Amino acid sequence: MAIPHGKLPGWADYGLLPLINVIVAFSVSGLVVLLAGESPVRAASLLVEGAFGSGQNIAYTLYYATSFIFTGLAVAVAFHGGLFNIGGEGQAYVGGLGVALVCLWLDTLVPWWITFPVAILGAALAGAAWAFIPAILQAKRGSHVVITTIMFNFIAASLMVYLLVGPLKPAGQMAPQTRTFFEGGQLPKLNWMLEAFGFTIRSSPLNISFLLALVCAFLVWILIWRTRLGYEIRTQGHSPKAARYAGIGEARIVVITMLISGALAGMMALNPVMGDTNRLQLDFVTGAGFVGIAVALMGRSHPAGIVPAAILFGMLYQGGAEIAFMMPNISRDMIVIIQGLVILFAGALEHMFRPWLAAAFASVSPRSVGLGRTGREGA
Amino acid sequence: MVQAAIELVGINKSFGAVHANKDIDLKIEKGTIHGIIGENGAGKSTLMSILYGFYQADSGEIRVDGRPTTINSPDDAIKQGIGMVHQHFMLVQNFSVIENVILGAEGEALLKSSLAKARSELRRLEREYGLEVSADAIIEELPVGLQQRVEILKALYRGAEILILDEPTGVLTPAEADHLFRILAQLKEQGKTVVLITHKLREIMAITDNVSVMRQGQMVATRKTGETTVEELAELMVGRRVLLRVDKGEARPGEVRLSVRNLTVVDSRGVTVVNDVSFDVRGGEIVGIAGVAGNGQSQLLETISGIRQAKSGQVLLNGEPIDVTGNADPGELRDRGLAHVPEDRHYVGLVLPFEEYENSMLGYHDRDFYLRGPFLDIEAIRADARDKIEKYDIRPPNERLKTANFSGGNQQKIVLAREMEKDPNVLVVGQPTRGVDVGAIEFIHRRLIDMRDQGKAVLLVSVELDEIRALSDRILVMFDGRVVGERDSDADEGELGLLMAGVESREAAE
Repeated sequence: MAIPHGKLPGWADYGLLPLINVIVAFSVSGLVVLLAGESPVRAASLLVEGAFGSGQNIAYTLYYATSFIFTGLAVAVAFHGGLFNIGGEGQAYVGGLGVALVCLWLDTLVPWWITFPVAILGAALAGAAWAFIPAILQAKRGSHVVITTIMFNFIAASLMVYLLVGPLKPAGQMAPQTRTFFEGGQLPKLNWMLEAFGFTIRSSPLNISFLLALVCAFLVWILIWRTRLGYEIRTQGHSPKAARYAGIGEARIVVITMLISGALAGMMALNPVMGDTNRLQLDFVTGAGFVGIAVALMGRSHPAGIVPAAILFGMLYQGGAEIAFMMPNISRDMIVIIQGLVILFAGALEHMFRPWLAAAFASVSPRSVGLGRTGREGA
Repeated sequence: MVQAAIELVGINKSFGAVHANKDIDLKIEKGTIHGIIGENGAGKSTLMSILYGFYQADSGEIRVDGRPTTINSPDDAIKQGIGMVHQHFMLVQNFSVIENVILGAEGEALLKSSLAKARSELRRLEREYGLEVSADAIIEELPVGLQQRVEILKALYRGAEILILDEPTGVLTPAEADHLFRILAQLKEQGKTVVLITHKLREIMAITDNVSVMRQGQMVATRKTGETTVEELAELMVGRRVLLRVDKGEARPGEVRLSVRNLTVVDSRGVTVVNDVSFDVRGGEIVGIAGVAGNGQSQLLETISGIRQAKSGQVLLNGEPIDVTGNADPGELRDRGLAHVPEDRHYVGLVLPFEEYENSMLGYHDRDFYLRGPFLDIEAIRADARDKIEKYDIRPPNERLKTANFSGGNQQKIVLAREMEKDPNVLVVGQPTRGVDVGAIEFIHRRLIDMRDQGKAVLLVSVELDEIRALSDRILVMFDGRVVGERDSDADEGELGLLMAGVESREAAE
């Protein structure tokens, strides 16, 4: 990714800066709420209440966060390789197909804990397969992945519509969805985890794939910073010329990076399909692939940043629904505006406060800023 | 007492913990050429950036023509009559000369009248200073020497009385540099003041009236050029005695290690950049390739090291062919003993956002030594990096520091350490001391000679003719993609200069 403008200590770079961005985003959102004739303070408390007010609400927040961790990691891995994978949405969608096929096949034969690893494999393979063609086109033909992955989102949507109104739909059923998986295709819930903290849960979609997401976050960290492959991906991402010089095959790295990215996006499908609805439905991804981009940007492409960023977005999803429900003047669309503002400030305007913050640091505690001159030389 | 065009009093500037300028006092006399020298990171560029309004000083005063002024932006500087010619030109490549000249001073919405005014003004400047450039030529079609002239014209067009030039000769041929000096002399004659920032001591001696030396953010001395010597200036710059000449013994060439036969390279635009080049490099000798930048040396290096594909020809490494016309793999060539110090350390030789230790294995990262299965052996890598830091005196000695935070000389040492320490038998080196300070140059030259004395074959490409002459046992001159001549290391500089300009023999020139 782009070379940072100034130098900041790690905690400010990964913690303080995103926090400032979020605070600004919420302040602007407050104005939007005010314009709609509601109290921003009450909206904020509803948001927090809705996201964390009860065990039930926390479970929903974490359920959404699970999906965003997967898609956020997918985008981050691609970022490290200098690739912008916008196709998380389509890869997750097709990943759902992988999950569903495995569950439909195994759910009557074996218990869930045997189906689960196979379903993980199915989700990862399907997601990776969907990223493979854009990857090959980029590696061999130079067709930009940004364009091809967007197009593949549409192809995925059409393909799934075809499958769900046709081959995958049980005969005699009206809804475009597969049959419901039996117990062998259902992931256990994580209610016990929250109950251990003293919360009471009636029913929640939070399931064991949340733990899988955390494991994946750790594995991505290992991959990127502790393996030869990760080193090669980062070299390619920072400087393709240096990669060429070092004998790192560009085509190979592009393809492998996109496969890993697609696999992670595909695994997102485990959460809603096998963990919650227990069947494959139309449009189950509901934008998680795109939210992954914001999560990766906000989490600075580091797993330790992606997990909290995903939880923040989970909070917006869950708490936002609460606001829309409780405040008549705030429609569901306004929640999308608020989410959009967070994406804008955390993602697109990520560097807006950086020079200012760097200057503040330089004057307050010069040593924390480190050596070197600022990047304005020759400007 | 001559009046001062610029006077700096007690200038201080810090970036975080780095005190880039400490209590700088400087007086530049009107109508003189004033040189400022110092190692990289000595604070020259910072000082000039303050003068030109890119940075503001933390404290201190700037006086122009005796009046205290504040310069908050390049616009202010221009209003005060200060113009700057940057090391990297600030020209719009696909604009014509005249369009570039009026850029930022366009005047009104319609360009017609300002273009006409500019045209007559350019003619006047041309007459007065010998700055001939065709007003309608497109910048990207002009050689660098002329592009630089456009930069000077831009400054003069804006009414500059004081002209700052930052490392102006780095990209020029000796002949172009001479021409530039004649222009500067003419400017001086017309009463303009010139500030010349350079690290080339010879240029300082040749054209300046006064010279100021900076070291570690301080102004350590100002001398009348006529009353100082190259040796004294070098010592002032580095703070200790410096060997300006490299001591080296006789070469003892052994067997041929690298053999290039009829190599032809065509670039992506279809231009033949390397044209039927053949030569050998033996173990125990340094073969230098001289030439003005952009005559195919870069592409030659890239082809030999497997980064660029050749159209035809052959390269033999230790007698075995390299698949230069197919898919040569730089990684495989390393395994076969070919190490490569690339010309562009910022984007090719190093990954600047990486920590130092991560760069200390770039290209060798697939060696078992650095790995434990598919995992990086972080401890081994860091220990190895620390070894190299010690052996090559890389400063600061911190393998966890971001590579971008090292100075140019230390970055180059990181590359050299990596490429030399794996015991290659052929070393291909491009611009080993570009942007490297004097102290590090001495060290790097020493290491290259050591490599030669250990029996390695060294192929050296440099645009610094002095460097080529100091290090090489044989000199090949490249012009327009061809090798136009081979000379011994004691060849006459003028003759090499002519070869670099494409004149194949002295008789032909006359």
